[in-house]
Amino acid sequence: MTSLEHHQVAYAQAVTSKRRRAWLGLLALTVCILISGQVAEISFSKLFQNIGSFTGYFVRIFHLENGQLVFTDFGEWFWGWKKWLVLMGETLLMAYVGTLLGAVAALVLCFFASKNITNNSVVVVASRRFLEFSRTVPEMVFALIFVVAFSLGPLPGVLALAIHTGGALGKLFAEVVENIDLKPVDGIVASGGTWLQKVRFGVLPQVASNFASYALLRFEINVRGAAVLGFVGAGGIGQTLLEVIRKFYYSDISALLVMIVVTVMLIDAITERVRYRLLGKEAKQ
Amino acid sequence: MSVLPSAHDRSVGGERQVLLLSRYPTLFVPFYEKHWKALSGLALAALLFLYGVLTLGVSPSKIFFGLGELALMVMRMFPPDAKQFNIYLYAIAETLAIALLGTLSAAVVAFPLGFLAARNTTINRVVHFFARRSFDTLRGIDILIWALIWINVVGLGPFAGVLALFMSDLGIFGKLFSEAIEAADQKPVEGVLSTGGTHATSVRFGILPQVMPILLSQVLYAFESNTRSASIIGIVGAGGVGLILSEQIRTMELQQLSCVILMILVTVALIDFFCSKIRFAIIGKQAL
Repeated sequence: MTSLEHHQVAYAQAVTSKRRRAWLGLLALTVCILISGQVAEISFSKLFQNIGSFTGYFVRIFHLENGQLVFTDFGEWFWGWKKWLVLMGETLLMAYVGTLLGAVAALVLCFFASKNITNNSVVVVASRRFLEFSRTVPEMVFALIFVVAFSLGPLPGVLALAIHTGGALGKLFAEVVENIDLKPVDGIVASGGTWLQKVRFGVLPQVASNFASYALLRFEINVRGAAVLGFVGAGGIGQTLLEVIRKFYYSDISALLVMIVVTVMLIDAITERVRYRLLGKEAKQ
Repeated sequence: MSVLPSAHDRSVGGERQVLLLSRYPTLFVPFYEKHWKALSGLALAALLFLYGVLTLGVSPSKIFFGLGELALMVMRMFPPDAKQFNIYLYAIAETLAIALLGTLSAAVVAFPLGFLAARNTTINRVVHFFARRSFDTLRGIDILIWALIWINVVGLGPFAGVLALFMSDLGIFGKLFSEAIEAADQKPVEGVLSTGGTHATSVRFGILPQVMPILLSQVLYAFESNTRSASIIGIVGAGGVGLILSEQIRTMELQQLSCVILMILVTVALIDFFCSKIRFAIIGKQAL
């Protein structure tokens, strides 16, 4: 056997084992899909039979009660714009306050969850587990529980957002902190700086713009989240939305959806610009 | 230009001081003058926060009272009650099924659409624009809202949940996929084109091999986060463990509630673990 043939055989073997693994993976995936289809009661016949009511739903929500398209009479379409704007404002405020509270909590906790700043491994593990718990439980579940404890209104929503945000941002912040350059930190420790001075002058200048960027991204996510927290009675525009959907006030549904989507898009555009500037500034340094 | 701080008056005198000032004018500007933009921004943010706290009814008394209630609730959650373990397990399986099917179907549909929405592979600018805006709209509407809409079409149950996840994931994948495609290196594409390849072959052999691992890992990430989403869409009746959660909170069966929450946490942790294994197997050592 020449060495060329030898290589060809080795190549063929390598490829077959790789292919076999891919086929096995695909087979496992197919089995999972079939089982899931059973469990999730997938029924394409139901879907195709009723797909007309899906498209019909969108046709209906874009028609006013008098049968005209909604665009013909904006005054009638957005008849409740004053109270809806107030609700939308409340939603944004909830997202803002929740994000800020969560970001502050994450800012404090992330230093305890970073191995390179905190030497005590018990503290590191404990704060990591705490952050993990806060972000794994969906904010809706927190909201459900808080609505019972704090009674209906925006307060439980804000707290639910804050806890979930704290967990999610805390993890991201800790990852940023673990990737910093340790030389400035060593310098401060060497010149006799305290733990607080180490964090303030050694770590914070390196991570501030990244932190702000992550917090803005989270604000975007929280605006979407806050818009539906009202489904469980935790304030914001969600409660009204749920009401109009359940009561089939079709044109109101589209008005509220348009309002939410436009707000979310605006927030996205603004924060994207700010984040771009924040990270651009860092790149220049 | 401001006057020098007194410390500098003592250490550097006369001509030297004037010289220093003229050479490094920016170094001697007081802190508040140099950072007035950032400071006023911070002040505005703090004011807005205060306004929010006041209008949203976040008062200390309310928080203290609520925290007391919460502590009572948490105490009554223990020990977790697993009497109906089998029912919970089936609900969790349903949740996972919803997450899997929603994620996969969205990924399959978003895959071709992602190429249409990427600047370097799209057919023309109009298609690019509309694909982008449609994804934005799909993403702008929350899963719970999609679930409510689909319940009108296919009735209560997990199928509505699958379709709801499909809609919002389509928006997310469309955006992520098109961004990954736009970030791909153009050199392989030029190589294929220079040897006489068509637009289609340049995408197939120039871009696809680069983006495939990224797309797969994004799908895995989405599956992880969808397990969480799928566990709450039951609140509006779209299947999964959410229905049990909201029922138990409504009827204050807190010991059973804690059992379900624990089961969700374990499931999510397991899914995260397996997904990271698969991701590692796909992307290899250069994990994203």
